[in-house]
Amino acid sequence: MAYVHRIEIRYKADPRLKVRTDRIRSLGIPIEELHLVDIYTISTVSKDFTQDELREIGLQLSNPVVQKFTVDEATQAYFDTAIEVGFLPGVTDNVGTTARQTIEDFTNRKFEPGEAVYTSHLYFVCGKLTPDVLNTLTSTLANPLVNRVHVKTRQEYGTSGMDRVVPFVELHELPTAEPVDLSLEEQELIQIGKEGILDPVTGQRRGPLALDLAQLHAIRDYFKAIGRIPTDVEIESLAQTWSEHCKHTIFASAMDEDVPKGLYKTFIQAATNKIRAEKGDKDICLSVFSDNSGGIIFDDEYLVTHKVETHNSPSALDPFGGALTGIVGVNRDTIGFGLGAKPCINIYGFCVGDPDTNPVLFRGKDQSNPILTPRRILDGVVAGVGVGGNCSGIPTPQGFVWFDDRYCGKPLVFAGTVGVMPRKNADRNLYEKQARPGDRIVVIGGRVGKDGIHGATFSSEALDPASPVTAVQIGDPITQKKVSDVIVKEARDKGLYTSITDNGAGGISCSVAEMAKECNGCHVVLDKVPLKYPGMAPWEIWISESQERMTLAVPPEKIDELMDLLGRREVEGTVIGTFTDTGRCVVEFNGTTVMDIELSFLHDGLPVKHLKTSSSSPEASEPVPGCPENLGDTLKTMLHRKNICSKEFISIQYDHTVQGGHVLGPVQGIGRVQGVATLTKVVASSKKGVGLSQSLFPSYSEIDSYRMAIACIDTAIRGLIAIGVPLESIAILDNFCWCSSDEPERLDQLKAAVRGCYDGATGFMTPFISGKDSMFNDFSGFDADNNRVRVSVPPTLLISSIGVHPDVTKAVSLDAKIEGDLVYLIGETREELGGSEYFVQICGANSAAGTVPHIEIPAVKARYEKLTHAILHDLVASAFPVTHGGLAVALAKVAIAGRLGMDITIPGDGRSDLLLFSETLGRFVVTIAPDNKRPFERTMGPDAVLIGRVSGKNLQISGKKQILSVPVSELEAAYKKPFGGY
Amino acid sequence: MIPDKALIMSGYGINSEMETQEVLARAGMDSDIVHINDLIDKKQRLSDYRLLVFPGGFSYGDDTGAGNAFANRVRNNLWDDLTEFLNGDNLVLGICNGFQILANLGLVPAFNKQFKRDIALMPNHKGVLECRYVTLKPTADNIWTKGIDKIVCPVSHGEGNFSCSKETLAKLQSKKMIAFTYCKDDMKSANGEYPFNPNGSTADIAGITSENGKVLAMMPHPERAMDFVNLYDWTLQKEKMKRQGIKVPTESLNMKLFRNIVNYFS
Repeated sequence: MAYVHRIEIRYKADPRLKVRTDRIRSLGIPIEELHLVDIYTISTVSKDFTQDELREIGLQLSNPVVQKFTVDEATQAYFDTAIEVGFLPGVTDNVGTTARQTIEDFTNRKFEPGEAVYTSHLYFVCGKLTPDVLNTLTSTLANPLVNRVHVKTRQEYGTSGMDRVVPFVELHELPTAEPVDLSLEEQELIQIGKEGILDPVTGQRRGPLALDLAQLHAIRDYFKAIGRIPTDVEIESLAQTWSEHCKHTIFASAMDEDVPKGLYKTFIQAATNKIRAEKGDKDICLSVFSDNSGGIIFDDEYLVTHKVETHNSPSALDPFGGALTGIVGVNRDTIGFGLGAKPCINIYGFCVGDPDTNPVLFRGKDQSNPILTPRRILDGVVAGVGVGGNCSGIPTPQGFVWFDDRYCGKPLVFAGTVGVMPRKNADRNLYEKQARPGDRIVVIGGRVGKDGIHGATFSSEALDPASPVTAVQIGDPITQKKVSDVIVKEARDKGLYTSITDNGAGGISCSVAEMAKECNGCHVVLDKVPLKYPGMAPWEIWISESQERMTLAVPPEKIDELMDLLGRREVEGTVIGTFTDTGRCVVEFNGTTVMDIELSFLHDGLPVKHLKTSSSSPEASEPVPGCPENLGDTLKTMLHRKNICSKEFISIQYDHTVQGGHVLGPVQGIGRVQGVATLTKVVASSKKGVGLSQSLFPSYSEIDSYRMAIACIDTAIRGLIAIGVPLESIAILDNFCWCSSDEPERLDQLKAAVRGCYDGATGFMTPFISGKDSMFNDFSGFDADNNRVRVSVPPTLLISSIGVHPDVTKAVSLDAKIEGDLVYLIGETREELGGSEYFVQICGANSAAGTVPHIEIPAVKARYEKLTHAILHDLVASAFPVTHGGLAVALAKVAIAGRLGMDITIPGDGRSDLLLFSETLGRFVVTIAPDNKRPFERTMGPDAVLIGRVSGKNLQISGKKQILSVPVSELEAAYKKPFGGY
Repeated sequence: MIPDKALIMSGYGINSEMETQEVLARAGMDSDIVHINDLIDKKQRLSDYRLLVFPGGFSYGDDTGAGNAFANRVRNNLWDDLTEFLNGDNLVLGICNGFQILANLGLVPAFNKQFKRDIALMPNHKGVLECRYVTLKPTADNIWTKGIDKIVCPVSHGEGNFSCSKETLAKLQSKKMIAFTYCKDDMKSANGEYPFNPNGSTADIAGITSENGKVLAMMPHPERAMDFVNLYDWTLQKEKMKRQGIKVPTESLNMKLFRNIVNYFS
């Protein structure tokens, strides 16, 4: 029997009451007030607490200066409805864990298995709501995939309040590995691939393996040849390792006749190889493509790493949890680089639907399982990345949000992390690692539960009604922070392990098998893996993606020292097996071998595919909108566009100053405009810094995906050039988020974009150091009338750039500085508006036509080198690249940031609106001190055209006659209004 | 370097220990970053140090209230060592999460050396973490603020909304224990106005000392703006200085706070 107690804590005067209430009201829910009570439900078995102890516990869990609490008594208040939101059984409850530790410390007694503290939130709603509105409110406060909800009216609540609920996990999975005979009809095999193995107990499918027929045949034939039937552990394991998510089959497969080695080797890797060879001893790469992140030289002593991941499918279902696990997951790609780099900068990117729209779509028939609104997805992913970075002490200066209604079914969540580490420690190259036969396999960090099962295979499929619930995870940044600290601040430099990798997709099934390649074998005893709750099946333990875990290879003689250290840092570490040189991956459970596969088959046994593309791009004619009469108003409209306006509400929620390296942050100038690049010091004693930028042009993709890719690369690089980072220090990363990649037309767009990546990278001599792809970003479901609906994201390429600034004191921000300064446009303007923000504004989102910007890279490259020279010689007061929205938007942002007017005359004699809003690449707006005119012009040559000066309170732009004149204060208001209430 | 050393507390999600160590080193004081569990296990001793720093961070993820769980761990395991340390001629500094820990431990305001919770750092008015540069005015002349005209540095917290009873506030004011207040760029009082007062703090309070002045607790992060290039508007200031022929400094004025600590022990 269990003892259950309930402590309810509330503020005497809640400082957040107004903001919370206003926010709910802004979503159209007519509440009067929304009060919040924090609930701790303490469940013990072996010992009960006295009321005195419980009161002491209440004091420790609250702050008596501003809060009050009750023990086993209902909070009494005025309200109409009470809504309690807790977690479903098994969902990570971080606050509950902290409360348990506090109670353990205080009572000097550890909780036993089955004992726990569970937290929940009790909302008191004032205001009479209809059942429909109440439903909307509930779905705003809770997500049915992770939360449980209990609702009571004031009358039902009475004096006894809410019920005491203990969300205890009870599992009765088969504790054995089940044989799965694949000698089946093709239809049945296909069903296993799409929906999973039939569970003998529940009679239900276990969730997608994402294995196609050819792959299932290969597995069947392998086991036929060795003369036995595979187990479910083996099939699940192969499905993880062979998933699109892990093996990148679309990038690895032969394509058409001209790309026999596949897109990755032919274009991405080849570009890097070519650049490295040509740069010779000026090569900046240390570790590319082979590790969890890519690593480049920072200086003689240090290296920096970068990696950008996506976490799209989980974020569609649970935006907060999906984004949180996305960011803490990519942090582990840093900790797992080489022998462990320290995460020092996080970046983010969100592609979502317009939060002012409310598309009515359902995953299931008959209006079941509705998609989340774009607003909820945006709020959730913003909060998730924030909590992840903030709690981990990693600054998050850099990021973007891109809005397009085609992201409403499947948002894209990009999360990236830069790491820093010494290049050497005691003669070891810290960026290299090598597990050896006999090393122990040690898993450290969080425990394993049912969360995240089938995550890797699930993200390789389109989102549909059968998307597995267990793919949702909630991260625990503090557990991971403890893991990170003990690795990169202590264990690494003591030399306590020979190899390390992160547990991401596929859990230990992938991490252990991946490390086993270094020594050629592994033997795992699954019974040793620490679990969150008993009763899990062996296949689940093997592939679970429970968070915050790293896998280490530890020499036997170092085990005691490592375990002692882990114990003192309260980080759980467990030996789960041994690395071997048998050439096999062997797994046992309960004394029985449940998996025994040759490593060569596990890693290289998947059948080779040959993909075909077909071109279908229809020739659309150039849109010819009329020129608006009042271009001042048009400029304000453009600044108001969600893809152009300020999203500062995100920047200020993200700590961008921790670790003390802030040089150029997310917003710049007294007018606070968001830059496109940031600069951060990552080694306190060095004058160097790390510049980061990102770029994407999804609106160009359907017109010309080759030029789209070039535009991404140019813009990502140009952002760094503008702050003074030299081109030769820049490396780039690619993240492809495609759609419907089984369609030859989509593959054709992909092939063109990857070719663009090759031409862009080799043209600028900026190597790719890491990349990732996510190929099925499609939503498939129903509208309210049960019609099948498919929403595919626009083909999206994110290019992230990283470069080393040689001297941060020479860095340049974007804001106009001083009245009288000269304004230059660097680079010529052509009428290139296909897919531009202006055409989308004027002609609508579906006007996929027109001339996509293109550049002659050699000329642009020379221009960038000249600008770098000017910046590093202190000739430049501000610089800003011209990107989305064109010249007029760039000028406006420079003026707003400096809160200074500008008097501009633009050259050229085309149509004013087209000149103002064309998105021609390779351009900057630069301001300089008048005294620097001669040396600046001498440095830049004809690339720099003097177009005006900083003066007055208006942005005035003229051509042959005046085009517009708008007070900078009005531009600032337009720029800041759309998300003003967030 | 002076001979006395600082102990910088770490563990459980504290995260600003390295920049805190750097800023102290630049000011002239050596320090050790010590995990709280090594103090509990007696592997290290608080009595070997003269300055105890609770740096910024997110100890225990702010669960059960920012700083609260870490304060509980200190109180439940290290209380005797800590009170002995406080009885000596030593200093304690808490920044951000450190302030939240000190407030929950009752090390500030500690009227009459009574270590009880008298003040609270509640959730920010806006209900979310706020990271931005603020301007601080020193409002008392003590060992920490000596010679400082202003501090410009970031805040970055979700729970920094200073709150206390009227009586406590009156005592803080009369005993000159309010070390720093948030103010506008021109040094006029913020008067509760957002974003100058970024969190809704009572009387714009950004930092207070203990009654005996030996403990300073503040929400903003001067250690994150030790270099001139760490300042929000340094590129604008640099342009102005260059045009006026003024030499551009390398470090920020915030270093003074840390030099004051070193001077105290010198």
